[in-house]
Amino acid sequence: MNNKIRILITTLALSQLAACASLDTVKPWQRGTLAKKEMQLNSAGLDNALDDHIYFSKEGSSGGRSFAGGGCGCN
Amino acid sequence: MQLSKTGSISAALAAATCTLLSANAIAADSNTNSQASSLIEGWQFNSALLYYGETDRVKAAEAILSARGDFGDDKFLNLNLVLDSLTGASATGAVAQPGAQTFTRPSGAGSYTTAAGATPLDDTFRDTRVQLDASWEQPLTSNYRGTVGGHFSKEYDYLSLGINGNISRDFNHKNTTLSVGTALSHDSINPEGGIPSAFTPMLFRSNFASEGAYQQAFDGSRRTDSDTKTTAELLFGVTQVLNPNWLMQLNYSIAKADGYLSDPFKVLSVVNSNGITQQNLYEQRPDSRTKQSLYWQNKWHLSGSYLDLSYRYMWDDWSLNSHTADARWRFPVAGNWYIEPHARYYTQDEAEFYQPFLSEGMPLPAFASADYRIGQMDAYTLGAKVGTVLDGGHDFAVRLEYYQQNPNNPGVELPGALKDLELFGDVKAVMLQVSYSF
Repeated sequence: MNNKIRILITTLALSQLAACASLDTVKPWQRGTLAKKEMQLNSAGLDNALDDHIYFSKEGSSGGRSFAGGGCGCN
Repeated sequence: MQLSKTGSISAALAAATCTLLSANAIAADSNTNSQASSLIEGWQFNSALLYYGETDRVKAAEAILSARGDFGDDKFLNLNLVLDSLTGASATGAVAQPGAQTFTRPSGAGSYTTAAGATPLDDTFRDTRVQLDASWEQPLTSNYRGTVGGHFSKEYDYLSLGINGNISRDFNHKNTTLSVGTALSHDSINPEGGIPSAFTPMLFRSNFASEGAYQQAFDGSRRTDSDTKTTAELLFGVTQVLNPNWLMQLNYSIAKADGYLSDPFKVLSVVNSNGITQQNLYEQRPDSRTKQSLYWQNKWHLSGSYLDLSYRYMWDDWSLNSHTADARWRFPVAGNWYIEPHARYYTQDEAEFYQPFLSEGMPLPAFASADYRIGQMDAYTLGAKVGTVLDGGHDFAVRLEYYQQNPNNPGVELPGALKDLELFGDVKAVMLQVSYSF
């Protein structure tokens, strides 16, 4: 089950990356939207930091977006 | 997490408070003397206050202040200060019983009683934590950027120190970025009452003739040393611009933790064939864990709105696999206001040594934990953020969310009385956050 999911994700990701190679390059003058704060991957940095801390304390997983380990003995 | 004397923490909090107060004073000066949108030239500040409250359990308050200083030539210093405080009750791992139960506090001094049918919660948890992070980022050569950072987190019985570094390279006219990062952390754990030896029973003062005899037995069940945990991580990432309105990131990470990975406050009930608890044993987890994850994030601009969709698959050598899906969609509303609904779904399998209880007469396993946080569980979060951009470009936002955990029985047959008791009760929490950037 989990192996299948792993393969699926990898396939999806690789196919997307392969698709990237054939895309027209986005030109600097087309980057107006991409440059906006709302379009940054970590646009809500504090929200993400607070959420990561809560879920790290309450669930068995951590990390992914950024580093997973260390930090606190939070209950 | 047990708090008694807090000298060093108090000093740290006092220093931190002074820092915050002086920042406010500078802010006041800045507002009266200039029209600058930043209170210190070249610095941007973000702050947030969070309240987290579980029904009948943990309540926490957390404050964050982060600052980003622009040193020119694309060089930045990032500083982050976090203060949090936690009170309330936490599940001990013991099972509910048809009658009231009494438990010894982790420190060995005193006891608390759980009502008939109720999930045993240790209500002695009180904790204050201070965390500082700093990082420096700058271009290395054309197309390369580097970041180095440090991490410090201190609570009464826990200290974490870490360093991290990251290098990224842009390709394809900055439409593709590859990055590799590493982090090392070293944690020291020194719980109130000492670290319990593996599977030692919880002792009760009432079973001993004298305080001295009890204390001697209690001390004998505890290790005399503190313990440590080290974590080493690698994080590889690809960021790809797919079109002028679509950005994607894919990360793979591997983290190996070695050392003390048990929770010194968690126990397992040993029940007989009627489901009645005979004793409670302190848990024992393996001393290493390797976690891996794939994280995939997409950011879309869709006719004025911004959609953020992410998915994480995590697996480890404890057989704890999890899936996390997260969606945030930001819509503009009247004026400078926006609303951003948020939904998150999380599901995990139990760690291979998770057991909701132990059965009397069975040999002790090498490792066991009844901590529901590494048991089978589904969880979801629903909420929304409402915000606006004020004069001078300052952001103000309020976020309200509801979080519910639904622990599940991983297929363990429940003996006797346990059939009629709630062993896998839901945990419900509310989060309220106020954010301001200046």
